Amino acid sequence: MLDTIIYILNIAVPLGFIIPFALFAVYFERKVSAFMQDRLGPNRTGPRGYFQTIADIIKLLQKEDIMASAVDKVLFNIAPVLVFAGSYAAFAAIPFTSAYIGSSIDLGLLYIVAVSSFVVAAILMAGWASNNKYTLLGAMRAAAQMISYEIPTVIVIISIIIIAGTMNLSTLSEYQTSSFYNWLIFGGPDMGWKKFAIIPFAWIGFLVMYISTLAEVNRTPFDIPEADSELVSGYSTEYSGIKFAMFFLAEYANMFAVSVVVVSIFLGGYQSPFGYLGNTLGISWFVPVEQFFWFAAKGIFFVFVQMWLRWTLPRLRVDQLMTMCWKYLIPISLVNLLIIALIMVL
Amino acid sequence: MKEYLSNIYLALYTIAVGMKITFRHLFIPAVTILYPEEKVVLPERVRNRLYVNMDDCIGCDQCSRACPASCITIETVKGLPTEDLGKTSQAKKKALWVTRFDIDFAKCCYCQLCVYPCPTECIKMTDVYEFSDIRRSNLIYNFSTLTADEAAVKKANYAKFEAEKAAAKAAPPKTEN
Repeated sequence: MLDTIIYILNIAVPLGFIIPFALFAVYFERKVSAFMQDRLGPNRTGPRGYFQTIADIIKLLQKEDIMASAVDKVLFNIAPVLVFAGSYAAFAAIPFTSAYIGSSIDLGLLYIVAVSSFVVAAILMAGWASNNKYTLLGAMRAAAQMISYEIPTVIVIISIIIIAGTMNLSTLSEYQTSSFYNWLIFGGPDMGWKKFAIIPFAWIGFLVMYISTLAEVNRTPFDIPEADSELVSGYSTEYSGIKFAMFFLAEYANMFAVSVVVVSIFLGGYQSPFGYLGNTLGISWFVPVEQFFWFAAKGIFFVFVQMWLRWTLPRLRVDQLMTMCWKYLIPISLVNLLIIALIMVL
Repeated sequence: MKEYLSNIYLALYTIAVGMKITFRHLFIPAVTILYPEEKVVLPERVRNRLYVNMDDCIGCDQCSRACPASCITIETVKGLPTEDLGKTSQAKKKALWVTRFDIDFAKCCYCQLCVYPCPTECIKMTDVYEFSDIRRSNLIYNFSTLTADEAAVKKANYAKFEAEKAAAKAAPPKTEN
């Protein structure tokens, strides 16, 4: 009985972070986009518009749940739940601090890749069940895009596994401990010529992975699945009220998930770039708090970069998107993998 | 191969250039004008709500005829010879009581055509533009300074005067022989 309660609490912990994060991220995105366009952004609801997203979510929850008569009711209703479940499940293997990880499984990275492809099925479900040409087109584009871009992601992950020798994200974060020059983007903690030989290829891997994860979460410039000017709003067109809110929540949860996966792999995860204040002062319980701060700060920084790119770059065409993946990212990541493997073998 | 690499370089370089520009704009102050708190200075000849200075109005009906939307309704009653109707600011004697001067701003198209013909320059454009209302009837502005009772009295007076005049005309003239 107690075990069950602990399990449930364990499951709910990331939710307690993701929902406030999504509320914050929507506000943050609107503010960032406004500032980049020399506007002011939401500033009427509460001081500086802080309560804007809370007002939005309350409005969304009160809305009528519209369901067209031609939709496939079962699939239509479970799709938003599955989309959110898929992106939420990824948080299970991500270490928030050294003290908390949902499930410290040894196949963590593989698991994350697997559950994030599970979202593709849910999105196809949503697009198909809506019985609308725009949603179907959006869902098919999303599926094609997410499946294509998983390949460079996985190849980069393989090269990281070659360097670090583990797929467990918590071990991987431990591996990059103590200081920023031990992060994998700076060649990992093993000193010697290999560390310096790996650095440029780690940077290439980092860029490839960041670009392909950006495409996997359907953010601009890779937002063709929900290209507003062509497809209304893609696979979520027919959804309203709380189901639409779930798609929205899943999108922001996904943004954070891919950011922290990239951070965990290349930038030391929850590790501080320099020592911990808690260790210096001898307060051991303070260390996880600091780690959580660094984890959230790095994650939010990369979410910010996603927003930054969104307001910088125009949307790619479908053929450009596929060219980018198959002609550039995959060959680059493959060559990168070979070189890293060669360096590690020598 | 050379083209391939230069493509990659160009992509990364141009993304960096674009990101630099957007990052700079993060710190440029917003150009937004927070409307109800801050207002734009209106141009000099701006056309907004009309105002009628009834002290000067002589009830000539020219504005009403000029109006393309027929939004001005004027009714007048002649003053009696014994009454003093006052003078306009240009020292013109008034001859008519303006019993009704209504402008329906729901119809008004703000063309300013009523302003030009006015001989006493009493109808003019103001700079008030925030007068929306939830009822169309509230957009009919009554400019007449006479109350309904007063207007009725003036009408009755004039009718009486006319009747007396007609009676005087109808009655056989008194012969002096």
